[in-house]
Amino acid sequence: MLPWLLLLLPLCSAAVNQLYLKRNAFLASMLSVASVVVTLIVSFLLLGKTDGGPSYSWISIGDFQLPIQLKLDALSTGMMIVVTGIGALVHIFSLAYMAEDGAKARFFTCLSLFMFSMTGIVLAGNFIMTFIFWELVGLSSYLLIGHWYEKDSAADAANKAFMVNRVGDFGFLIGILLTFGLTGTFVFDDMKVGLNNFAALHPDLVGGLLAAAILCVFCGAVGKSAQMPLHVWLPDAMEGPTPVSALIHAATMVAAGVYMLFRVQLSLGAEAFEGVAGNAIAWVGGFTSLCAALMATQQNDIKRVLAYSTLSQLGYMVMAVGLGGAEAGMFHLFTHAWFKALLFLGSGAVIYACHHEQDIWKMGGLIKKMPITTLTFAIGTAALIAVPFVTSGFYSKEEILATAYAKNKILFGIAVFVAFLTTFYMTRAFVVAFLGKPRDHGSDHAHEVGPLMLAPLCLLALMAIGSSWLTKPLSAVDPRLIHHAEEHAEGHLLILGLSAAALVLGLLAGFLLYRGKDKDPIDLPLLQNRFYIDVVYEKGVVKLLQDGLAALIHFLDVWVINGLLVGGSARLSQSFGNLFRRAQAGNLQGYAFLLGIGVVLVIYFTTFWN
Amino acid sequence: MPLLLFWIFAILMLLGGLAVVVLPNPVASALSMVVSFVGLAGLFVGLNAFFVGVMQILVYAGAIMVLFLFIIMLLDLKTEEKRTPKLVPVIGGLGIVLAFTIQLLGVLGSTPDKAAEPLDLTAASVAMAETSPGISAKLAAGHLPDVNLVGQVAFTSYNLPLQIVGVLLLVATVGVVVLSKRQTT
Amino acid sequence: MASLNSYLFVSGLLFIIGLSGVVMRRNIIVVFMCLELMLSAANLTLVAFSRFNGTGGLPDYSAQMLVFFVITVAAAEVAVGLAIIVALYRARQTIHTDELTALKD
Repeated sequence: MLPWLLLLLPLCSAAVNQLYLKRNAFLASMLSVASVVVTLIVSFLLLGKTDGGPSYSWISIGDFQLPIQLKLDALSTGMMIVVTGIGALVHIFSLAYMAEDGAKARFFTCLSLFMFSMTGIVLAGNFIMTFIFWELVGLSSYLLIGHWYEKDSAADAANKAFMVNRVGDFGFLIGILLTFGLTGTFVFDDMKVGLNNFAALHPDLVGGLLAAAILCVFCGAVGKSAQMPLHVWLPDAMEGPTPVSALIHAATMVAAGVYMLFRVQLSLGAEAFEGVAGNAIAWVGGFTSLCAALMATQQNDIKRVLAYSTLSQLGYMVMAVGLGGAEAGMFHLFTHAWFKALLFLGSGAVIYACHHEQDIWKMGGLIKKMPITTLTFAIGTAALIAVPFVTSGFYSKEEILATAYAKNKILFGIAVFVAFLTTFYMTRAFVVAFLGKPRDHGSDHAHEVGPLMLAPLCLLALMAIGSSWLTKPLSAVDPRLIHHAEEHAEGHLLILGLSAAALVLGLLAGFLLYRGKDKDPIDLPLLQNRFYIDVVYEKGVVKLLQDGLAALIHFLDVWVINGLLVGGSARLSQSFGNLFRRAQAGNLQGYAFLLGIGVVLVIYFTTFWN
Repeated sequence: MPLLLFWIFAILMLLGGLAVVVLPNPVASALSMVVSFVGLAGLFVGLNAFFVGVMQILVYAGAIMVLFLFIIMLLDLKTEEKRTPKLVPVIGGLGIVLAFTIQLLGVLGSTPDKAAEPLDLTAASVAMAETSPGISAKLAAGHLPDVNLVGQVAFTSYNLPLQIVGVLLLVATVGVVVLSKRQTT
Repeated sequence: MASLNSYLFVSGLLFIIGLSGVVMRRNIIVVFMCLELMLSAANLTLVAFSRFNGTGGLPDYSAQMLVFFVITVAAAEVAVGLAIIVALYRARQTIHTDELTALKD
């Protein structure tokens, strides 16, 4: 029953908070924190277990069975550590960050709901459950992005995130059904067998259909993991509270796409990803990582810099999955979750200290005011830019680079260039925000945040350094997760050299360009405006579609609904009313007459009707 | 002979009913109703339902008609007779009459007719010899002890409904008293 | 002796006469009498079926019991109904249905 506890605890917490503790923010927050801490402990207990507990039959139609079941393996238990671990730290951080928020109870309710949904995705034993929880994380993400819904920008961002995800989920659903058509099952464990049966029956069909199915499923990942061209919601989602950004939009939910792809790869077999589907996925990932890194270099909002960096890193992971190196992708997901959560929480602390100022050009000199936060942020940055040997990010990025080198040299080049860009923009953000002198009274009056915020930061900083070593015991459980750097040893030195060069170049460029500057020396409107993709969406897709649809719907509304249906039925009932009003004259004989007519009709229909 | 009696009483009854509807004076209507019910009681007797026939006379002609007359006199409703009947209700009423008559003829024309079987009193006497020897003896003597038979059914099979109807009459009596009391306010 | 259908025909005619009276007459007391006619028509049907569907050589006395009950209830109904008419007359000074149109309100 232990795995079910993981699922039920956050759900109960969310339900109790919503139903009974709406007015008691303190108890609500405590309950949420307690539930997530317990689930963290349970996750540790479950490490290495493969027994998912009892499964319940949900739908049973003829031969078709759909159970509700949990799947435990090295992948899901490892992912649960990430989810509950970062979840617990973010919950604790939020206690301080959201202390003065008016809707604290709602915030923690939504966090618990999110923990429930995310746990569901990770532990889901079949595709339908995955989809249900997939939508549930979308919902909780929507609720949390729109936490400050009084702000128009937050409400819009929440809507945007939700709708953009709809586009992806549409493809995802088709993909799920295609997979079902191919394998005859939704259950992950049985997919391989089903696929082999299908391949034996229709050897000529299986390749194309499989690629289509995988690409459709990938659509879901594109939406949820914010890959091009559906990446637009993630930067806007930074309107939500910073802990939310750390938990949902950096560490866990956006990684769900990669996780799900890996789950599918495990279920269908890595061979399924070879060919068109894998290539497409890899190129989308590589392209996303490049574009996002380019955009990140010109952002001024500290959270947006991190958001684009998240996009770029997710692009890495997707690329790795597409190239067949899903282990590398998962490894990077694991390490990235910790240090990106660290960076977001660090930026949250900075924003909190600077009185909700997010523009890095209004910060500066924070290293003196908040030394511990600065130190942890520096560690996070180091992990993200993959400082060799000491940080976890280095190992996982090295894995991805090695995969890319072995499979596709062009993508390898892109990846190395992205590594350079990553170093550059993170150095820029760090130098501008933390070094130099204060540029605004907000940063001038900043002071170190309280222990409730510092503790999660320090723990995450430890994980940012050590998570790659922690992964090794995890991977020992499942041979599929084992480091296999030795396989491509021939390119090892070359890869190491190139990434080190990228690191040094990026650091140099960042320092030289931004040291002591008060405004951005580079001005690239193309990048600042994010390649005008949002504008294109707004002007093209949204405007055309929306206005066209609006005109159509307006026509339907005014003429068909209002004029014909509503007005017509009103006029109809009015005229009927006028007709029947005569009957309602209060005349007893009239009623008796109608009664007689009724009796005549009853007799007619009962005895004479056919 | 019974057939002749049947038609005599039936026509009496129908004419009485028609007079109730047609005559403008309520007193005349009430008296016509009695005529109609006398005809009806005759039909009941022709159907060997002596008890019901007697009841019909006693209750309707004796009690209800008197009640109607009493109320008509009490309210002193002379002025109404002057009114000419309105056209629309008359047409409506005639329309319904027509429709019902057609349906009645249709139903009766499509169902098989049935002649009365003569009562088999000896067989009934044998059947009831054990359970009710008194009735059985009368049956054996060639009489139809109608009241005895009705009483037997009423106090055995329909005992509870009979009591309930008694309560109903009591309730009606009390209700009438309450309704007729002049409001003191 | 007349056949079943003759009895049913006669009773149906009585019923129709009663109904037409209910529809056509405006004096509520006469309407009431016509209702009594309709009830009696039903009684005649019951008694006719009692005689024609007899069992064991005797008429079916269950039907006659029903007639008995109908007569009783009709008597009670007449008593209460006439009391209501008296109360109505006291309140409205009329017993004409076309002047009693409070139902439309």
